[in-house]
Amino acid sequence: MSVIQSIDYGAVAPVLAVAIAAVVVLVADLFVTSRRADVACALSLVGVAAGFGSAAWLATEPARKTFCFAGGRCSYVADDYTVYFQLLFLAAILVVLLLSRAAVVTDGMPAGEYHFLLLSSGVGMLTLAAARDLITLLISLEVVSLPAFVLVGLRRADPRGIEAALKFFLFSVVATGLTVYGMALLYGVTGTVQVDAISDALRGVHAAGGAKSSLAAAAVVLVVAGFAFKVSAVPFHFWAPDTYQGAPVPIAAFLSTASKAAGFAGLLVLLLDAFVRYADVWGPVVAVLAAVTMTVGNVVALRQWHLVRLLAWSTVAQAGYMLVPLGVAATSSGRSPAELRAAGEATLVYLGIYVAMNLGAFACAVLFTRERPQGAIDDLRGLVRRSPLVAVAFALFLTALAGLPPGVAGLFAKVAVLREAVHGHVVWLAVVAAVNAVIGLAYYLRVAALLFAGDDQPADDQPEPRLPRFSLASGGLAVSLAATLALSVYPQPLFHWAKDAASVLSGT
Amino acid sequence: MTDVSLVLLVGLPALGAFVLAVAPLTDRAARFTGVVAAAAPLVVAVVVASRFDYGAAGRMQQTVNADWLPTIDVRFHLGVDGISLPLVLLTAVLTFLCAVYTVASSPTGGSVRNFLALVLVLEVGVLGTFTALDLVLFFVFFEVVLIPMYFLIAAWGGRERAPAATKFILFTLLGSGLMFVGFLVLYAKAGTFDITVLTAQHGQGIGAGAQLLAFVLLLLGFGIKSPMWPLHTWLPDAHTEAPTVGSVLLAGVLLKMGTYGLVRVAVGAAPDGARRAAPALGVLAVLGIIYAALACIALARGGDLKRLIAFSSVGHMGFVLLGIATLTPIGIQGALIGNVAHGLITGLLFFLVGGIKDRFHTSDIEELGGGLLAKVPALGGLLLVASIASLGMPGLAGFWGEMLAMLGAWSPAAALSRSLFLVLMAVAGLGTVLTALYFVAMLRRVDFGIVPDRWRDGVIADALPAELAAWVPLVALALAVGVWPRLVLGVTDAAVHGLFP
Repeated sequence: MSVIQSIDYGAVAPVLAVAIAAVVVLVADLFVTSRRADVACALSLVGVAAGFGSAAWLATEPARKTFCFAGGRCSYVADDYTVYFQLLFLAAILVVLLLSRAAVVTDGMPAGEYHFLLLSSGVGMLTLAAARDLITLLISLEVVSLPAFVLVGLRRADPRGIEAALKFFLFSVVATGLTVYGMALLYGVTGTVQVDAISDALRGVHAAGGAKSSLAAAAVVLVVAGFAFKVSAVPFHFWAPDTYQGAPVPIAAFLSTASKAAGFAGLLVLLLDAFVRYADVWGPVVAVLAAVTMTVGNVVALRQWHLVRLLAWSTVAQAGYMLVPLGVAATSSGRSPAELRAAGEATLVYLGIYVAMNLGAFACAVLFTRERPQGAIDDLRGLVRRSPLVAVAFALFLTALAGLPPGVAGLFAKVAVLREAVHGHVVWLAVVAAVNAVIGLAYYLRVAALLFAGDDQPADDQPEPRLPRFSLASGGLAVSLAATLALSVYPQPLFHWAKDAASVLSGT
Repeated sequence: MTDVSLVLLVGLPALGAFVLAVAPLTDRAARFTGVVAAAAPLVVAVVVASRFDYGAAGRMQQTVNADWLPTIDVRFHLGVDGISLPLVLLTAVLTFLCAVYTVASSPTGGSVRNFLALVLVLEVGVLGTFTALDLVLFFVFFEVVLIPMYFLIAAWGGRERAPAATKFILFTLLGSGLMFVGFLVLYAKAGTFDITVLTAQHGQGIGAGAQLLAFVLLLLGFGIKSPMWPLHTWLPDAHTEAPTVGSVLLAGVLLKMGTYGLVRVAVGAAPDGARRAAPALGVLAVLGIIYAALACIALARGGDLKRLIAFSSVGHMGFVLLGIATLTPIGIQGALIGNVAHGLITGLLFFLVGGIKDRFHTSDIEELGGGLLAKVPALGGLLLVASIASLGMPGLAGFWGEMLAMLGAWSPAAALSRSLFLVLMAVAGLGTVLTALYFVAMLRRVDFGIVPDRWRDGVIADALPAELAAWVPLVALALAVGVWPRLVLGVTDAAVHGLFP
């Protein structure tokens, strides 16, 4: 037996590209004296683009595995599922990088550290998507989170940033504690950390029943709770609004899209692969989580006056919609392998569309808060006359988040999700989701209408600030706008990729 | 074979809206562009009607059927049959007349080109709804309508526009949400979003419970839109506050989307659920007729004229819903011709009230105080004709819808209780008497009598040429449908029979 493992560098190429870029950015920052933000941004963009390219190449390849054990089980797998998430993460990070450039300068954040931390968190995500054992999953999850704590508090002049970072950190530690405890129990019950092996072992445990099975059930619930924090599902959501509001806005965009998607990447592997035998345990839990998350997120969002805070609550609610398909496991007919696969597919679709439209909404928030640091929603009034393109794009993203035409992409996402709920006979959940969609409209449309509203008050003494005409941030906006429009007109490719990705999961 | 005419029908107004929204036109050029852009879909609609095979009106024609999202079975599927064709024509005509009217009287609130662009987006949604044959596509178009209507009310509306616009959008969105769950129930059971397949199956393969659930969800969704009593409360506010063109389109075509959806989707795809829910629908319809008539009687004694017409809409749509509730070909025929007649007549009434408001700066019956016929004879005369048509005078379009709905109630579908429907018919009959009563009372207070002192001296212009160009075609059409109802019934007949196995 060889001591040195052979590593398939092709399989880990996306992770390597971003990791190397992270280190290069940090080191380069030591030697560059002028235009640090530009250098760091450019290097990061190159790294992310290289990662994107290699992930796209992996998508055309058959599945690759590396870090394997005897018996053919591997810790790192680059299959359709992995590639779907990796491409999603890299696209999201690309947009966040574009949004960050100006914020880094105006908020006086250290450019080298900022980009290093952002890319490091990205490395965690890319590994998380490929991780197929509990240890790798846990470490990746921590690699995602640790740089994020610092990023949230990086605006050192702002005490709210520190508070946000601390809150984020404390909640995250508790969640990790739950996850680790659950994983330890799981190892105790099954004697393995491999996802496939756990799935096999739990089959026997579930069939045998008794105390061991109850222990496994408890472990499953603990692990789900830990991941519920990551995706900011109620009641593990309390950190999200404060953290998003206190963090630099591009980082809030990052947390609400890439980081949330990372949570789902781990959650789906565990639920649909490792814990598939315990669907009767986690199914009802997830169904209730979904219902409560949507409702709380939407109802609280109704009363927000701060734009980023409103978007934060909206992302809580959106996480609820993404959990809805998994709630089909609450009924016996929803637990067939085919049905669970379809549920995973719907969640993947929603996630893909959500990342595009939510990044767009945050891109508008980035542009807006640059001129109006207070970020009051009322200041959006009449934005269409100052910056017509941003206002129209923002309205499109908001209607997409609401699930209404002209943001048809959001409607497709909701159809995909509701369809699974009705298919799996959890009609009550579909009805809760539909009612929530209506509550959501109330605040999305309130903001959208403000964009077009006339000035009721007499004009201020100072001229209204115009948003900058062109910047890297508007490039980020353009990318998300293009993605949302493409998904509105022709979403079939995304559905197709999600199907391929989900087919890797359950049924094994 | 694909046919591009329906794609053009929904595409041209979209193009027009885009041009108006983007091009920096002056108000004058925008008005002209608006008329041209609204004329284009009218021409296409006329071409569609002329190519329509009336011998096979029960069949979907000139269809377009392309893959859109095969993974979840969503198709871009459009077509017209005898049920949708009259409504397509009605929509194209009314939108065109609205564009013509805007030449004479532009609403205050924002730029004319934005206003016209929104009107055209609205038309895209309505025409799409009437031609969509896939439930998801139907939903997309159904929702497209809401946003322009919201902005038309919120930006160009009256004094209380903001709460009215919010109420409008929240009510209708709540309905849409429930309706969409209803669509998903149908999809889960029948395995298709295709309306033609669902209708052809006549509910086969969908259990009785699921059919009832689906029908009730759809009834709530479409009922809010129609509006069905007691879900109508958004309507009087929205109508009162909307600009004239907004009211015309709201009454003329938007409400029809609800009743059209009921006939096309709910009755077609869940006939068993319809049979079980029909008595409740019938009772609610008749309650709506009586409620609206009583509200109008109160308003006719001194209230807002626009609000009175809005409430009269609730009553007329009550007859349409009663026709649907009978689940007989005659009743549904009555509903469909009632739809068209209401669109023509109430559209005209809202135009006229808009004209009155432009001139007298009020639509309060008390303040108007009478003498309209003497002061502005053309406007007053048209109001007289439109009111008489609206109260259901034989020989004008309003008569047939009410008559056929009651005839349907005389012998409802075999599964329904005849005695209940006889009572409903009798109460609806009482409703027609009350309707006549309040229209006559309104005319007496507004149209007849002597001109009050405060209006006597000022110069108030009678109807302008552009206004007449918008109004007279509606009178002509109302008369044509009234004298020769086969114009509509002949087209709908085969398609309505196709709804029943």
